[in-house]
Amino acid sequence: MSAETSSAAAIGEVEGVSLYDTDHPAPLIEAPRKRTKKTPKSTRTNFELYGWLFMRLSGIVLVVLVLGHLLIQLVLDGGVSKIGFAFVAGRWASPFWQIWDLTMLWLAMLHGANGLRTVINDYAQRDNTRFWLKMLLYTATVFTVLLGTLVIFTFDPNIR
Amino acid sequence: MATPTMDKLAALEADNGSHLITVTFRIRRFNPEISEEATWEDFQLEIDPKERVLDGLHKIKWEMDGSLTFRRSCAHGICGSDAMRINGKNRLACKTLIKDINPSKPITIEAIKGLTVQKDLVVDMEPFFQAYRDVMPFLITKGNEPTRERLQSPEDRERFDDTTKCILCAACTSSCPVFWNDGQYFGPAAIVNAHRFIFDSRDEAGEQRLEILNDKDGVWRCRTTFNCTDACPRGIEVTKAIQEVKRALITRRF
Repeated sequence: MSAETSSAAAIGEVEGVSLYDTDHPAPLIEAPRKRTKKTPKSTRTNFELYGWLFMRLSGIVLVVLVLGHLLIQLVLDGGVSKIGFAFVAGRWASPFWQIWDLTMLWLAMLHGANGLRTVINDYAQRDNTRFWLKMLLYTATVFTVLLGTLVIFTFDPNIR
Repeated sequence: MATPTMDKLAALEADNGSHLITVTFRIRRFNPEISEEATWEDFQLEIDPKERVLDGLHKIKWEMDGSLTFRRSCAHGICGSDAMRINGKNRLACKTLIKDINPSKPITIEAIKGLTVQKDLVVDMEPFFQAYRDVMPFLITKGNEPTRERLQSPEDRERFDDTTKCILCAACTSSCPVFWNDGQYFGPAAIVNAHRFIFDSRDEAGEQRLEILNDKDGVWRCRTTFNCTDACPRGIEVTKAIQEVKRALITRRF
């Protein structure tokens, strides 16, 4: 895009002969909404509805889970200096904290992944870019969620 | 005849000898028959600050450069033809007074965004109307046609009163960042016009319309940035209408 300001007179006073005239107009920049054969068909599923609702509900739950987590980890009982292998082992001995951390992990990861999916849909311009960015996102999400779950359930406090 | 304000204005005019001021119109010009590049062009004109931007455009077209191209029909804010981006905001040129948009600086005028520019300020509105047609903006009923008119209580009419005001100027849809990026999104105007029938007690195809808007390019793409509400020259609460459609979809499911 050129942003130069020509004073008066007409536009297009380019040096030499103009490439375009009445019979050969310049190509127009097509609007993104033009329907083509490649335009995906409507889906008729409730996926977006559930996705939207999940963001609201998980957000509310996450406020409690994350703020509670931060309070325990960073503020209460000597703050961050107390965190060590023994502290984590002690917490994960109780099923309550296991479930707390598991819920937090799953909700935060899915909430973040869904948000990023929306961002990618909004900003990726080419179909290929969009597809590969989303694949990267899904891979990273699945990997992190599975690894975290595995650690929470198979954590061995006697490991040395 | 005059109010105090008008007296003051009259006194001012007497001081200056003229009520006209000099304004610079900076217009984004595009002519595919000359160049593929769009460029800014400045026009200086003498104009009454109480006149509208459209009057300025007329002055340019009629007296300075006849090649300037823009749409307008009624010129009084009803037909919705002259939506354009004035000083970076979508407005109707026929409802924007010069004095309200800081005439001491150049007034920038561009075509609305997100649609194909055909020449100067004229865009291809077809994708916009395509989305409008997709939501079936007409009364759909079942059974026999009644012999009398279809009656409706004032409360039932009030339910969708706000969204009946739409003039299809595309100011909202072309101010929506989601529409700019993903042109498959229906856009605020189409949802507003679906809302007008979904909440009409006489209409019986609300379910069908909700189903259309439940699509992945339907209401769930809305980010509630409120650009549409800010842009609407009729003061329709567009974002609120979109949220009401979302709520109708959710309560229908659960």
